[in-house]
Amino acid sequence: MKRATQATETPQVGRSVPRLESWLKVTGRAEYVHNLRLPGMLYGKIFRSSVAHGRIKSIDTSAARAVGGVHRVVTGEDVRALVPEPYYGPAFHDQPVLALDKVRYVGEPVAVVLASDPHVAEEAAALITAQYEELPAVYDEVEAVTSKAIVHDTLRPAGTFPDLKHLKGVKNTNVALDFRLRRGDAAGAMAKAHRVFEHRFRTQQVMHTPLEPLVSAAECTESSLTIHTASQSPSFVRIEIARLLGWPENRVRVRVPFLGGGFGAKLYIKLEALVSVLSLMTRRPVKISLSMEEQFFTITKHASTFRIKSGVDRDGRVVARECEVWWNGGAYADIGPRVTQKSGFTAPGPYDVQDVAIDSYALYTNLPPAGALRGFGIPQLVWAYEGHTDMVARELGIDPVEFRRRNLLREGRPQATGTVIKDAAIEKVLERTASLLDWDKPFDRGAGTIRRGRGIALGFKACIANTTSLAAVNVNADGSCTVYISTVDMGQGSDTAMAQIAAEVLQIATEQVTVVHSDTDVTPFDMATLGSRSLFHTGNAVKLAAQDALKKLNELKGELKLPADTPIPDVFRKKYGMRAGSVMGVGNFIPPYTPPDANGQTDNATPFWMVGASGVEVEVDTETGRVRVTRLVNVADVGTPVNPRIVETQLSGASIMQLGFTLFEKMLFDEQGQLRNASLAEYKIPGFLDLPGELVNEAVVSEQSTGPFGAKGVGETGTFGVSPAIANAIHDAVGVRLTELPLSAEAVFDAMQK
Amino acid sequence: MRKPVAFTLNGERVEAQVAPHETLVEVLRESFGLFGARESCGQGLCGCCTVLVNGTAVSGCLYLASLCQGAEVRTVEEGGGELDAVQQAFIERSAFQCGFCTPGFVLMTRQLLDEIADPSDDDIRHYLSGNLCRCATYPEILEAVKLAAKKRKEKGSEQFSGNK
Repeated sequence: MKRATQATETPQVGRSVPRLESWLKVTGRAEYVHNLRLPGMLYGKIFRSSVAHGRIKSIDTSAARAVGGVHRVVTGEDVRALVPEPYYGPAFHDQPVLALDKVRYVGEPVAVVLASDPHVAEEAAALITAQYEELPAVYDEVEAVTSKAIVHDTLRPAGTFPDLKHLKGVKNTNVALDFRLRRGDAAGAMAKAHRVFEHRFRTQQVMHTPLEPLVSAAECTESSLTIHTASQSPSFVRIEIARLLGWPENRVRVRVPFLGGGFGAKLYIKLEALVSVLSLMTRRPVKISLSMEEQFFTITKHASTFRIKSGVDRDGRVVARECEVWWNGGAYADIGPRVTQKSGFTAPGPYDVQDVAIDSYALYTNLPPAGALRGFGIPQLVWAYEGHTDMVARELGIDPVEFRRRNLLREGRPQATGTVIKDAAIEKVLERTASLLDWDKPFDRGAGTIRRGRGIALGFKACIANTTSLAAVNVNADGSCTVYISTVDMGQGSDTAMAQIAAEVLQIATEQVTVVHSDTDVTPFDMATLGSRSLFHTGNAVKLAAQDALKKLNELKGELKLPADTPIPDVFRKKYGMRAGSVMGVGNFIPPYTPPDANGQTDNATPFWMVGASGVEVEVDTETGRVRVTRLVNVADVGTPVNPRIVETQLSGASIMQLGFTLFEKMLFDEQGQLRNASLAEYKIPGFLDLPGELVNEAVVSEQSTGPFGAKGVGETGTFGVSPAIANAIHDAVGVRLTELPLSAEAVFDAMQK
Repeated sequence: MRKPVAFTLNGERVEAQVAPHETLVEVLRESFGLFGARESCGQGLCGCCTVLVNGTAVSGCLYLASLCQGAEVRTVEEGGGELDAVQQAFIERSAFQCGFCTPGFVLMTRQLLDEIADPSDDDIRHYLSGNLCRCATYPEILEAVKLAAKKRKEKGSEQFSGNK
């Protein structure tokens, strides 16, 4: 394909363009909501629940109100006076703006103090007291199925997802979704299998920890509201706030500049409803900036339990698989039910299994809510199915890579949903990982107290469907170009990638393109920046919009009888007699999708598949249990990279983040549901000294035929294989199998003593 | 009870009315509109709030502004947006993603290279171990620091002067 003839000689797609916002970021001048100051602004400080589950008997705000400089103290009942049904959420309308009637986890927002001075607000919030009638609480996701402690008296599905409608009004349950998939006859095939293996795996609750903590501000007039928010989903925020207030969407404006990290923490609604209501009550701008500590009480990653059972024939082929997954959603559903279903249907892993049964349950518990975190549930699943795969292979005496090869889900074969695999380089990714690890060569196994081992793990993910992205591309009279999208650049480099796509179509330099940041008054609808969907969906929309603009430019050339290679500025000059005018193209992308039937079967489950594997070499100190990752290799199918360098940094960053979730990160709760380590002093995230000895990241040669210029999403892929690959390597080194994360030195040491 | 505190900020003599409890990050933000040093963990553990006071990196979220009387304070905004070798190297090596922690890393790297002109990988890892990056661009930062050292050597020291 000839890509560039006019302004550029080199193709724009496939070029490692430095991020367009580079100067802003290295000089400390990038715009974040964190920096925002509005005239007359009030700061809000949240008073939070101290019990895990209880009826609110009374809230005493008198001492707080008496503090000099306090503007107002607001409770849930004040919110209810303004908004009769103040409950929000993407899947369930279950989360109150401030606690109403009950509190459901320690740290739940109960009241807010507003003051011009944030220190005054903080001091006053500490003086609020509340009385609760304590109720029995449940914390474990499996216990929640049968527990007498019921987190929500009545289930309130939002109505947007058809598979949740049957839960409306249901009482006496903590199950917020019971996703079910049946393909063939798993029980029958299991009964006939040569050998049957069953294992149970767990993952722990962890937190996204974006370094820009969650922050939102709102300002209003008598009839309009502007929300400045660190959000990954401005379009959703607008819809949900408009719904809560009963306003038309065009009276709610949502602006999002750069995000200081997101990773799924800043999705759907977090602080936006609260600051909106507070601004409407006070008629002043209101800002709430969470502290790092408060982030731990806001959104987390699902803890999970996964029971996996496989029937294997005499040739080492998996003939039946049963998967039962329990997702600990915490006190509010957030996007948990979608994680339960969208990830749930990939629970058997990238293997070709004829007879499959999956049950995936979203559970309410009395813990901080869980949502999407870089993988939308996939890392929890891969952790289990790849540990299981290694355990089965070793039991059968088959090399783990060979066992995977024998069972691999190949191009053209149906996955558990019945959807045929296409454009998923599963085999290439596995083979390249094995080759980078020199899997077939002898391996130094260490000596004395330092034992060495290696492991491999392979995961895949379906991109969330059904979702829409729109884009507009404006070509200015001088030939420069402005892209309007609601994709949020939270560090993944979307501004640069989208500019490259527009530039490629228009045959101009990427540097001639600017991307307007999300502003719902200006930029068109986009479902959200999540689940590695943006490069594919918004990227396709930008491509369509740029093609539309190009078509209009070419029509203009025809109308003006200009040759096809006329530079853009000359076209406008000829048309208007001066430098004036512009041409705008629009693009609307929505990939085809077929919703699953009652057995989870569909011929089109996803717009694209993501594939990622990790290979690791570890050293285990047999005296302390300490695990050192000496080599980490990540291989992925990313389609054809738009920006190879940014792709590499995404794979690398995701894998190091997952290294933290694997080796040490864990939210520690006591028996009252109190979080004991809500600070970076006690909850450690990876730093420079935690890096693997050697880190290799590779994208296999591949093409997503439906992607923009062959590309697909990559933000999460690097997380898939890391945890099970390390557990498999630890087993290889010292012969102990860990089935629960994190793989701390204590856990390894304890396992070695048994 | 606010008191005037006079200091040099990025080469300019300035004065601010400072309350006893106010931190350096707050004063930079509220009195001078400088947002490059940012509070994140609030405990001096992440390095996002790094500011140089009398040539030494401090955690601006813990450092009381009143202690800056007579001090020379330097932030990432120094240089008026002209890029030094460290910033150029961070761009060339893609050593940031969301950018929130980047100013802290830039300032710590400048201090590192002032102390050790040609740091080893281990020097870099240990020196920067108090700066956290949740996007985990550590491998790229390591490359950037080495490139910055090379650039500095080639051009001679091009540190920004504290007193212009």
